[in-house]
Amino acid sequence: MKAGDFPFVDEYRDEKSVKKIARQIKDISKKRINLMEVCGGHTMAIHKNGLQDFLPENITLLSGPGCPVCVSSQRFVDHAIAIGRFPEIILTTYGDLIRVPGSVSSLEKEKGKGIEIRIVYSVLEALEIAKANKKKKVVFLGIGFETTAPASAATIIQAEMQKIHNFFLLSAHKVMPPALETLAKEDTQIDGFIAPGHVSAITGYGIYRKLSDVYGKAVVISGFEPLDILQSVLMLVKQIESKLFKVENEYTRVVRPEGNLKAQTLLNRVFTPENAEWRGLGWVPESGLSVSDEFSAFDATRHFLVSLPKQEYPKGCSCGEILTGKKKPSDCKLFSVVCTPINPIGACMVSSEGTCSIFYNYKA
Amino acid sequence: MKKLGQQISIHHGNGGVQTKALIEDLFIHFFENEFLENQSDSAVLPVTGKNIAFTTDSFVVDPIFFPGGNIGSLAICGTLNDLAVSGSNPLYLSVGFIIEEGFKISYLERIVRSMAKEANQAGVKIVTGDTKVVNSGKCDKVFINTSGIGLIEEKHVSISSGIRVKPGDKILLNGPPGEHGMAIMQARGIFNFKSNLKSDCVSLFPLINEILKVSDGISFLRDATRGGVATVVNEIARKCKVGVEIDETCLPVNPDVRVMCEILGFDQLYIANEGKVIVVVDASDAYHVLNSMRKIKTGRTTEIIGEISSDHKGKVVLRTKSGGKRILDELIGDQLPRIC
Amino acid sequence: MCLGVPALVTQIKGNEATVRVGNVEYNSSLLLLNNVNTGDYILLHAGFAIEKIDRHEAEETLRLFNEISDLEKE
Repeated sequence: MKAGDFPFVDEYRDEKSVKKIARQIKDISKKRINLMEVCGGHTMAIHKNGLQDFLPENITLLSGPGCPVCVSSQRFVDHAIAIGRFPEIILTTYGDLIRVPGSVSSLEKEKGKGIEIRIVYSVLEALEIAKANKKKKVVFLGIGFETTAPASAATIIQAEMQKIHNFFLLSAHKVMPPALETLAKEDTQIDGFIAPGHVSAITGYGIYRKLSDVYGKAVVISGFEPLDILQSVLMLVKQIESKLFKVENEYTRVVRPEGNLKAQTLLNRVFTPENAEWRGLGWVPESGLSVSDEFSAFDATRHFLVSLPKQEYPKGCSCGEILTGKKKPSDCKLFSVVCTPINPIGACMVSSEGTCSIFYNYKA
Repeated sequence: MKKLGQQISIHHGNGGVQTKALIEDLFIHFFENEFLENQSDSAVLPVTGKNIAFTTDSFVVDPIFFPGGNIGSLAICGTLNDLAVSGSNPLYLSVGFIIEEGFKISYLERIVRSMAKEANQAGVKIVTGDTKVVNSGKCDKVFINTSGIGLIEEKHVSISSGIRVKPGDKILLNGPPGEHGMAIMQARGIFNFKSNLKSDCVSLFPLINEILKVSDGISFLRDATRGGVATVVNEIARKCKVGVEIDETCLPVNPDVRVMCEILGFDQLYIANEGKVIVVVDASDAYHVLNSMRKIKTGRTTEIIGEISSDHKGKVVLRTKSGGKRILDELIGDQLPRIC
Repeated sequence: MCLGVPALVTQIKGNEATVRVGNVEYNSSLLLLNNVNTGDYILLHAGFAIEKIDRHEAEETLRLFNEISDLEKE
């Protein structure tokens, strides 16, 4: 296998090895099982590489709620828009959040009406924008799970050290364990989890123990290349066939058992857990991260007083059931009829790694 | 040129002495030909009884100068390429400028020089034009429109319609997709990445001329601009009511484009190009055309990337590097960087 | 939360590292990672190095895949 231009990536995309692991899976997989991949990156990798074609028909892959854009609530978008309408505001955000529908509008539509919003690759760019625009107030829209929240934490600490008081965070950061526990508790259809590799790089293995030890689910922490994902499926199948449930790590080149302690420390210092609203799932206790009192000066929710439109949820939208693997996109009445990538109703269609968007674009 | 001063003023657009100076000392000076020197309202051009290809395009790219080109070279090559892929021999161009008051004349000269160079290299004359100057803030530095005409031989008239496209035809691409779009992103300085990415902006006429000379089996040509290669192959599938199969392992790749796409979560197949052409050719002629293309500078990295199928009509199926398959759909909205 | 790319550290300046992916360069933040040295590979996510890539483990993983192919031949 050649590394090509891209070491630690190309070797894990080799077609021959993919086919070999697929054959192994077919050989040992007897039971009808449902495996949930939680992370938007896994959903994307599976469909972009056509990996579902390599699995035997007794294995069903379900897509979970691990897409940060997909689960960003309507309320959060409304909040961002309300803040963005103040004249001195520059909103900054990661990628496709701008297309997510709020109750009335979206950030993209508001941009057309004059809100200043800039897309950044790193939250530190937002800090630089604040430094360069002292008369403005720069608000960063913080979405993402444990992989991404530490970046926001580190940036707030930098803002404090450098006394950049025109930088604010509007946090919609979330953590995975409460949502995973909800899925494991309520939904007996899920036999195993393909656990998110980069969340795990930050948190370590511990967050999944309850899933295997208490709820009897197979758990394998997986990387994002085709070989990683198929290898993880093989490991899950072995656990399930032998009924020995545990937390295993396929992604050993990146994930350590204890995770990234420095990032965890920053998270715990800058954020406190709170109840959070997940689009499609509703309120999940202790699953959100809000800015702690120590850093309240950078908390957009405390600095900007806004009133939000009444929250009404689109009728007929099945995002909740799709995000928990209970329904497929084709089961939703609105799918491809009313809800399309050009006119998304729910967040599953908005984000390019949303289940419905992928179903629409990639499936024959 | 000294008479023109440093900056475009609103008076350069009023039709009077300053307009005349701008036209004569800048545009006609560099674009010089007998038609333009007449300065009549329309260029009167001798055309014998053949099929004429006629196209127009407007250019508003930001930034106006980027690695591999500028808004001027883009404006000429873009229109030349539209003429070339319709199977025509480009002959004459028009150029319209809308210039923001305060724009530096040295920048305008740089742009005009590029345009003259591209036109001369292509053997094409800029025979008529227009200039408007608008108040500061009413346009972004400079916007350019170019229109062009060319002659098409009878046997090439159907090339842009795709009526000859049939299952079994092979699909060729002359080089790695995504260079122009990523070079523009790089030039805008957003996301703070450094690379040697350059726009692939180039006139494709010499390459296409060669293709049409060596083969009578060409069933379709289209340059892949906005929306990328994916948009063109979807158009083929939809317009010609056929299936299209693309093999990801055969795609030419620019390593820097690939890396940027991996980091930001983009797909190269949706990113803009300005020097890439999709060629659909009868299978029996495919290797002959491939080898001929590789002898031309803009075709050295040509690959056969797929074929036309009678299955899944109207859809494009991509065979991935891992051996799986997926649909390659049309582009919906701009690509946005992902964190996931 | 997932889009991460392996990048080679070529230079370190305080809290930043110049990293290279192929021929593309980026100034990555090191605010989330300690003990990074030039020559290390890090995982780049949203402008930050969030973990080091363990080369030994990477080789082990590939060896495991190769073992599968050996089993196939038997």
